[in-house]
Amino acid sequence: MQEVELQDILTAREDGDYIINIGPQHPSTHGVLRFVVSLKGEMLEYVIPHCGYIHRGIEKMCERLTYPQIIHLTDRMDYLSAHMNNEAVSLLVEKATGVEVPERVKYIRTILSELQRIQSHQLWWAAFGMDMGGLTCFFYGLRDREKILDIFEESFGSRLLHSYICPGGVMNDIHPNFQKRTKEFIKYFRKKLPEYDELLTGNIIFEMRTKGMGVLSKGEAISYGLTGPPGRASNFACDIRKLYPYSAYDKVEFKEILYTEGDTWARYKVRMAEMWESMKIIEQLIDNIPEGDFTIKMKPVIRLPEGEYSQRVETARGELGVYVVSKGEKTPYRMHFRTPNFSNLFVMNRLAAGNKIADLIAISGSLDLVIPDIDR
Amino acid sequence: MPFNIYDFSGTTKAIDQFLYAKMPPTWAFITELAIVGLIILLFYAVIGLYLVYLERKVCAFMQNRVGPNRVGKWGLFQTIADLIKLLMKELITIRKADKLLFNIAPFIVIIASFMAIAAIPFAKGLHAVDFNIGVFYMMAVSSIGVIGILLAGWSSNSKYSLIGAMRSGAQVVSYELSVGLALLSVVIFSGSMQLSTIIESQANGWWIFKGHIPAIISFVIFLIASTAEINRGPFDLAEAESELTAGFHTEYSGIRFAFFFLGEYMNMFIVASLAATVFLGGWMPLHIGNLQGFNHVMDFIPPIFWYFGKTIFIMYLIMWFKWTFPRLRIDQLLTLEWKYLLPINLVNILIISFIVLMGWYIK
Repeated sequence: MQEVELQDILTAREDGDYIINIGPQHPSTHGVLRFVVSLKGEMLEYVIPHCGYIHRGIEKMCERLTYPQIIHLTDRMDYLSAHMNNEAVSLLVEKATGVEVPERVKYIRTILSELQRIQSHQLWWAAFGMDMGGLTCFFYGLRDREKILDIFEESFGSRLLHSYICPGGVMNDIHPNFQKRTKEFIKYFRKKLPEYDELLTGNIIFEMRTKGMGVLSKGEAISYGLTGPPGRASNFACDIRKLYPYSAYDKVEFKEILYTEGDTWARYKVRMAEMWESMKIIEQLIDNIPEGDFTIKMKPVIRLPEGEYSQRVETARGELGVYVVSKGEKTPYRMHFRTPNFSNLFVMNRLAAGNKIADLIAISGSLDLVIPDIDR
Repeated sequence: MPFNIYDFSGTTKAIDQFLYAKMPPTWAFITELAIVGLIILLFYAVIGLYLVYLERKVCAFMQNRVGPNRVGKWGLFQTIADLIKLLMKELITIRKADKLLFNIAPFIVIIASFMAIAAIPFAKGLHAVDFNIGVFYMMAVSSIGVIGILLAGWSSNSKYSLIGAMRSGAQVVSYELSVGLALLSVVIFSGSMQLSTIIESQANGWWIFKGHIPAIISFVIFLIASTAEINRGPFDLAEAESELTAGFHTEYSGIRFAFFFLGEYMNMFIVASLAATVFLGGWMPLHIGNLQGFNHVMDFIPPIFWYFGKTIFIMYLIMWFKWTFPRLRIDQLLTLEWKYLLPINLVNILIISFIVLMGWYIK
């Protein structure tokens, strides 16, 4: 397999190429993403990802919004990691203004992030199974995801776009049932997660489709900027929760899942193992949520002191970096999100070129792309 | 024979004699053709629609869902409502499509399955045609369908369709070999290609029990290969909706699409009934050796129930595959056929021939 540089593929298109557009409306791109694919029979010659179909200019919009308002936009980036996105901006504002949030808030944030991670991985598993042709996976995944969404709905009144974590704490205190239902869910999901393995993991067809497919070495993963499960599948230790612990991650024991193979199978296994780890984290915290305030009183108008600030968090898909340049106003002067999916997308050509169409779908499924997060 | 109480040949003969007595032979012949054609047409439509219903219910059962339950009791009329919707939809032909081939393709698919259904024995004396080369005929007509799929892909002027059709061509042509060889094993056992004779030869036990392990191997290979031949999951590469949106019928709409859809389900019915007929004794009740009482009780279950019971069991197996397995890739699909199924099948045929020569099978 020859490695084609991005610069080369942009000029690689010739008249004789058999070009197919996978997307922007295609069942397997999970959103409005478009791959321009050149085929030779079943083989892919090159893949050019085209993004920007739902670019909403979130970064530009942020320049006119106050920090508490920005929270509501971050939900709309990676909608499956809404809590983590909220948390990133909240942590940044707290860091910049020098506010220390109560312990209770840290615990709640961590539990929510991990619940969100499980929920996101469930949906990924469901969609990945569907991409591979196993349609039943989709319903198994969504069945269990529903339980988490119900917990979310009870506590914050919304199932997808929560805007619950805000600078200074969380919007409201958790629902009295929250701890009970979360514990019930963990008990339930510990029984159900092995079902996922029974349905898909051990399947010989699935193994043949994923093992040794789309291999990425550690060096390449770093140079492409891969983070999250795709990065860790290539043995790149990039878990922000371990490297720069925030919230309550320094108080819990968990393993950073690392695989050395770097193929689709490893990316799959990393996420499956992460669900177990997330459950472990929640179990350590859920009974020990300290009493106290769920928020501290922030100033009515939050102004960041002049300067540049950044904050990294680990979302379900990788590292989310938030970068703010402030001129001391109530709105940021410039705001940038380093979203994990944007970096993870552009490895597509490297992974898929030289393989077959079916592998393109499997590989893009294993990268777990959320398109609004790419386009912002 | 005890199972003669449910023999349909008397009824059909009586109708035949009645018609020939009432009108000149030519007209009687034409009337008979019309009656048989009409019955098969109606049967085809009803079976096709209720197979879709069955599949949706099985799929719902596998996926923790309820399935259709709104139109009629238990949603029984859901598929009929769907058919009416499909009938009323606009037939879209995209620009620069090859109009003639584009229009013909669905008919080829559906005619192929029509022709195959004519030779299926539903009960004793209840089949349209009883060929002396029944198995061969079924193989031949069922492979006409792939021409329709190839034409659909070629004439649609769509790249997705073309890839789907090419995949389908490679797949069906390869797996036809395994289907044929698996059927051949029973032809060797029973010494006949006539479906009615094959069924009669299973009066004292079905071939899957009588033929020792080689017959079971043949049965399993037949199930795998026929699932692939009818383009159903996990071998649904021709459609592969997560890769090719809908494969060869991407550009079809309305009733033309419904033809492909019905054709696919009828093909499933045909391979299931062929498997039931050849390996599981068709309409023949379950008989165990010399257990006279047991055999006698089994004879009182009408053959039509035996036949449909076995067919639905095999269709359930095929649906089970579809809803639990991920899809294969094209190279793995061809590897499975040419490197595994075909050699196993050839060796199996040799073993079976040897068994039959030595007379070791259970007679």
